[in-house]
Amino acid sequence: MTTIKAQMPGVFYRRPAPEKPVYVDDGESISEGQTIALIEVMKTFNEVKADASGTVAEFLVEDGDEVDVGQDIVRLGET
Amino acid sequence: MRRVLVANRGEIAVRVIRAAHAAGLETVAVYSDADAESRWVQLAGTAVHIGKSAAAKSYLNSAALVEAARETGADAVHPGYGFLSERPGAVKELTDAGLTFVGPSVSTIETMGDKAAARDAARRADVPIVPGSGPVGDVDEALAAADDVGYPVLLKAAAGGGGRGIRPVASREELADALPAAQAEARAAFSDDTVYLERAIDGARHIEVQILADHAGTVVHTFERDCSVQRRRQKLIEEAPAPGLSAETRADINEAAVRLARQVGYVGAGTVEFLLTPSGEFFFIEMNTRIQVEHPISEAVTGVDLVSEQLRIAAGEPISFAQDDVRIRGAAVEFRINAEDPDNGFRPTPGDLSTLDLPGGPGVRVDTGFVAGDRISPFYDSMIAKLICSGPDRDTALARGRQALAELRVDGVPTTVSMHRRLLDEPGLRAGAVHTRWLEGLLPEPT
Repeated sequence: MTTIKAQMPGVFYRRPAPEKPVYVDDGESISEGQTIALIEVMKTFNEVKADASGTVAEFLVEDGDEVDVGQDIVRLGET
Repeated sequence: MRRVLVANRGEIAVRVIRAAHAAGLETVAVYSDADAESRWVQLAGTAVHIGKSAAAKSYLNSAALVEAARETGADAVHPGYGFLSERPGAVKELTDAGLTFVGPSVSTIETMGDKAAARDAARRADVPIVPGSGPVGDVDEALAAADDVGYPVLLKAAAGGGGRGIRPVASREELADALPAAQAEARAAFSDDTVYLERAIDGARHIEVQILADHAGTVVHTFERDCSVQRRRQKLIEEAPAPGLSAETRADINEAAVRLARQVGYVGAGTVEFLLTPSGEFFFIEMNTRIQVEHPISEAVTGVDLVSEQLRIAAGEPISFAQDDVRIRGAAVEFRINAEDPDNGFRPTPGDLSTLDLPGGPGVRVDTGFVAGDRISPFYDSMIAKLICSGPDRDTALARGRQALAELRVDGVPTTVSMHRRLLDEPGLRAGAVHTRWLEGLLPEPT
């Protein structure tokens, strides 16, 4: 199973701003380097970039959840 | 007022608990999942868990705070700084629940939190404001306004603050693209796309005046602070008094702050921020309607306990001294010790604090909410401690700062300590010849 992991601890957001659409939806294909989420660390927002290409099978954390370094945040399916 | 709930965390929670206990008040701490073992939880009379680690689910949750106050019989809330302190909606929920808010009224917070309304208030109080416009809705309006104001200009979000929602624009050509971008940013960050223009001023110092106002209408100041050493508009070193200020400018700027506080019927502790230009003109920027991070340097040079005055004022008592009783005695400097890596673009560095050895001696004060073994959480701001050094004159304060920074040992996470040690050798800092872009000019470009 390929997953994308959080590179830093903090609060996880799927949208660039509360009223904006999510960066990516389940079932969408993504490419390496694409921004798929934000992690807020000490009041700074850091983009989470995909380190692999594939199709988003599911997000393993909810918008607003706390994440830790190395935690799986997205499971990728077949491209 | 008998029992104060402290709706904050870290060093300011500790500071407020100390002041409240010294005033004979009981305290209630609140804490999130991440802060269960914290120092302020141990110091307070009672502590209540209010939610998960993310601030939105704990320290920003006004319903949880009201419930915690009800549960513990707290009759007042001290907001500290940040979090709920300047959110009128949240403060209204607290006051509607019958709690005394240690701070100004909801309508004052609203007025001073709205840049355009705050500028209007300053204008009425005869306090100079940076040449600027009212709200600009479209590009034509913005171009006309910018011609009046004069380039370079700053596009600012009306609902912004703390250095956020500001975009510099050098010329007419840039403005057409910059306006929609600034509006979109403002909408995203503050749910309000109102923006206005202000003249950008080069080489200005950030000077702010501490004021106190009580319910009887007495307004006093405890002089100014110079907070020009900033990075991306975040303050890193602050000084009191502002070095090199003429007696005339000092009197003018402090009186201007008092006039503005009177104009808006201010009650509580507040800070009026100004830009001071190289030619000696000063302009109002904004008012912070709360206690400020850097308040201890004003305490060090005046002997006034600002947090204890806040509590007195909230309880309906008069300020404990008169304006004529306050003198500047000596000088003080504050260094913010943040979990940020100055050698790595100030990247935030949450982690485990393995060592926290604090300096001491005359004129050395450290305010912190942490002890060795604590975790510096990713969920909140990066400040670990504030080091405040003071002395009979500026040279002594800086020399004590140098010694204290040499003694201070923080291990486990990279911090700004190394940067402060280096900055003390900078001729610009030693001469007090800094401005708000000085530090950025010294630092390597971010990679």
